[in-house]
Amino acid sequence: MISFLQNIGQAALGFFASFGRIALFTTNAVRWTLLPPYYLRQFLRQLLDIGFFSLPVVGLTTLFSGMVLALQSYTGFARFSAEDTVATVVVLSVTRELGPVLAGLMVAGRVGASIAAEIGTMRVTDQIDALDTLSTRPMQYLVAPRILAGMICLPFLVLVGDLIGVFGGYIVGVYRLDFNPSIYLSRTLEYLEFADVAMGLIKAAVFGFLIALMGCYHGYYSGRGAEGVGRATTNAVVSSSILILISNYLVTVLFFG
Amino acid sequence: MTKKAYAEINEMQTKIEMQNVVKTFGRKNVLKGINLSVNAKESLALIGTSGCGKSITLKCLLGLITADDGSIKVDGKEICGADRKTMEGLRRSFGMTFQFGALFDSLPIWENVTFRLRKQQKMSRNDARDLAVETITQLGLSPQVIDQYPAELSGGMQKRVALARAIADKPEILLFDEPTSGLDPITGGVIDRLIIDAVKRLGATAMTISHDMASVRRIADKVAMIHNGVIIWSGKVTEMDDTGIPEVNQFVHGLSEGPLTLAAKEEAWRG
Repeated sequence: MISFLQNIGQAALGFFASFGRIALFTTNAVRWTLLPPYYLRQFLRQLLDIGFFSLPVVGLTTLFSGMVLALQSYTGFARFSAEDTVATVVVLSVTRELGPVLAGLMVAGRVGASIAAEIGTMRVTDQIDALDTLSTRPMQYLVAPRILAGMICLPFLVLVGDLIGVFGGYIVGVYRLDFNPSIYLSRTLEYLEFADVAMGLIKAAVFGFLIALMGCYHGYYSGRGAEGVGRATTNAVVSSSILILISNYLVTVLFFG
Repeated sequence: MTKKAYAEINEMQTKIEMQNVVKTFGRKNVLKGINLSVNAKESLALIGTSGCGKSITLKCLLGLITADDGSIKVDGKEICGADRKTMEGLRRSFGMTFQFGALFDSLPIWENVTFRLRKQQKMSRNDARDLAVETITQLGLSPQVIDQYPAELSGGMQKRVALARAIADKPEILLFDEPTSGLDPITGGVIDRLIIDAVKRLGATAMTISHDMASVRRIADKVAMIHNGVIIWSGKVTEMDDTGIPEVNQFVHGLSEGPLTLAAKEEAWRG
């Protein structure tokens, strides 16, 4: 009985310790992102890594999601003769939900893992300690550029993803479901508001922050050896994916109505 | 007092002083009260079995790990409990090589060597490249390697680049964590000679962690041995063969029989 309670106590302590460590890491990360010096070259490198090199995977994901969405919503809406709304459903779903969430999850898999693996390897090979001994704060040199790049790149990726997703819906709508191209386009734009796109972009910035933060955090506190780095990589992807889904709901609630 | 006598006294001044330094990780008491002093321009080798706390001692000295208790002074300045800014200022007087080099994979050699000068003193690209060439040439490397990346170099070359990085901005204190580990005896000998030359040329104070007793005999003036979290012996390198302390004798001569059994090491590791 005592050992059972001990285990529960240890698990609770572990949980609160991790929570406190993440809170401290986040505070430090935000603080050092705002304060100089700024490492421009590191930042530009991250813009390329997170933004440019994620374009193909985000583009492909949103293209096929837009296409599937058009087909599925047509099947559903045809049952009560509301096929006309397909274009509107596609554009609103893509800009408000599918674009940000799918792009976020894909980037979490690609970039979150790579950030955690890179920083984790730097941790286990003493490169982070070497930075400290060379009077350079790892938080500013490694973490800040990634967080800033994540917050800037994700909205850009989502914007491109939105366009490609809507284009996917258009392709299916016009060439497979025989919609009139100009009517499909006018229906696409008719009910779309700036707030729909803006909401998706705000979500994207939040997701970008969370992906970079979780990648950096798990890499920074990576365990020793290949196993430690592997675990850090997995934890970075899992935790950022879960946080994306939770924050997606919270931001939606915030802007609902 | 003559100028020469003053200079001699000045040279004998204590550069690094550690008193009762304690560090615990969870239930494991790694350092139980380290007492150590290194005079200016002296070269001290820190020896001891794996996991005895040598690297932790160096990390405490650099402020990478905060000691739980005790005092660490560098040039008379207390660094235990010093704020981050003070530590960052102090670290500028340190140069360190890590066991596996710890070169930055994403940067070419010239940027690795001049990292601190580029980031802290905003040294220009051309000056930095010139300095990198000068430094690595002193260490017997070809100037062509400056545009290569660490992964393209052999282990021995990486150790020399790490040494170049440590000495590039002429620090007063040099710390070496197992500088010859993983190297063949010839390359190890070359690294030792380069360390001796660099320390002499810079007039630096040096602390070296090593398990390689041949290397210790070459580079150190003084030796200190850590066992069970405390310094059990320190003295001149010439005295380490006749300390009369069984643990030191066993370690120095690499004997399998003695008080330092594997079981005792594991026990010490568990704390």
